[in-house]
Amino acid sequence: MAEAILSCAGLTKRFGALTVSDDVSMDLREGEIHALIGPNGAGKSTLVGQLCGAIRPDAGRVRLSGRDVTALTVPARARLGLARTFQVSRLAGQDTVLENALLGAVGAAGAGFGLRRRRDLEARARAALDRIGLADHAGLRADDLSHGQRRRLEIAAALTLDPCAFVMDEPMAGLGPEGSAELTRLLDGLRAEAPILLVEHDMDAVFALADRISVLVGGRIVATGTVAEIRADRAVRAAYLGEAP
Amino acid sequence: MTAERWLNALVLPALGLVALAAHLGDAPFTVTLATRAAIFALAAVGLNVALGMGGLVSLGHAAFFGLGGYAMGILAWHAQTYQPLQIGPLAIAGTTSMPVVWLVAIAASALAAVPIGLLALRTAGVYFIMITLAFGQMFYFFAISWPAYGGEDGLSIYVRNGFPGLNTLVPIQFFGLVFGLLCGACALAAFLRRSPFGLALNAARQSPERVRAAGIEPDRLRLAAFVVSAAITGLAGALFADLNRFVSPAMFSWQLSGEIMVFVILGGVGRLMGPVLGAALFVAMEHVLGGISPYWHVFLGLVLLAVVLFARGGIAALLTGRAHG
Repeated sequence: MAEAILSCAGLTKRFGALTVSDDVSMDLREGEIHALIGPNGAGKSTLVGQLCGAIRPDAGRVRLSGRDVTALTVPARARLGLARTFQVSRLAGQDTVLENALLGAVGAAGAGFGLRRRRDLEARARAALDRIGLADHAGLRADDLSHGQRRRLEIAAALTLDPCAFVMDEPMAGLGPEGSAELTRLLDGLRAEAPILLVEHDMDAVFALADRISVLVGGRIVATGTVAEIRADRAVRAAYLGEAP
Repeated sequence: MTAERWLNALVLPALGLVALAAHLGDAPFTVTLATRAAIFALAAVGLNVALGMGGLVSLGHAAFFGLGGYAMGILAWHAQTYQPLQIGPLAIAGTTSMPVVWLVAIAASALAAVPIGLLALRTAGVYFIMITLAFGQMFYFFAISWPAYGGEDGLSIYVRNGFPGLNTLVPIQFFGLVFGLLCGACALAAFLRRSPFGLALNAARQSPERVRAAGIEPDRLRLAAFVVSAAITGLAGALFADLNRFVSPAMFSWQLSGEIMVFVILGGVGRLMGPVLGAALFVAMEHVLGGISPYWHVFLGLVLLAVVLFARGGIAALLTGRAHG
């Protein structure tokens, strides 16, 4: 079995009486795309928040590259190579596309004062833009991009961090079928570089990409398995796909 | 070259030329006005690092301006009264050397900015404004109630501090010093803005989550920006004290904090030359309109209103026709 890069064990988070994460354990292994699906309100975003460090769990541990990172902040986990993208694009809108892509490289190298360093980092940012097909727009302001381009720029900013694992929160959100297909091809190639935990509603993309799927319902993981296993799972169909058992 | 670059390249030489022309035309008062503008510009360049790049709306920068002023005043007072400055067991002789005073002013402001920044950065928005304002007022009332250095009356310094090789009492020579420091501060601001640090600070203002996700702690960047900003404004305070040969608690007043912010907003928040343009316009209005009516602030208010309503990027945006720097 491939080694787990990112994993959590027994994660529990309550908001008042509501248990949003209920003893969640899962892992993300080298070379795979692990999709996390579930209906609205299942607790996907809360789980992502706990994995990335934005939300502190009430119980449970998070491990990254064999190291316990439960107590680490978002920036500290990012410096260890955990790259995330946001459900709603969070870009520096007035800065250029290149500057946004550069940010990950700056974070990985430490935000210093040297100008020569910036030129080295810029080469990395341009390479990332080239891969996601935004190289021609490097000088545009991020606010002037189309929605689909902004989604891809989110991924470029994660790429320049030189990550050991990606956590992507609905990268396909708001994309048309064409944009989804394009992004699906892009993510397909990325998994060799670093495994991807993919939170996604677009089932076509999930079924096309995922090596494994975990289904989150009411804060609990009700099933984990390959695409075929999940498609066949009665509990999943009942709870998530809305079919009678 | 873009319009913005032309502007960046031309504003400082223009200020220098005004002073030089006034000097050659035997108008020392105009040289002094230009010096006043350059000192205010320096203070505003400092604030612009925090406000323009970091998005930190500090209404307490007079604290650093005043600290710089009192660093000059206290050192010069001890020098002119031949009493050493006693700090615990240490006895330090006063000094009238500008470079030493500058270093002390910079260090004092930067040191004060660390705890103020650490506390203020725990808040954001209106609360950040209020905390910085509160710190400014603490310094103000402390200066008023501290009799050792003049209290409410302030301190008069009879001779302007010296700089090796120059006669600082000649207006154009003092202007030269101030102008050199202003150019240096603008170069520093331009360098910061292009460095990875500036890139991350700029992004942190717009999208802190993005910056955190890139492995950078926004508050560290903001604290660094706040300290650099305070140090530059403190240096301006020391020069202002030297210009007037007088320091008083008014240098700590919140009105002064407001004026420094007005320079930045008038000229263009976050623009490299915004603070210089704003301070120059302010001093020009103060002189021209102030000669017409003691209520000239009414006109300043109107101009400020027009800038905020119609030219968000300040004069810099009007001149370059671009809303973003």
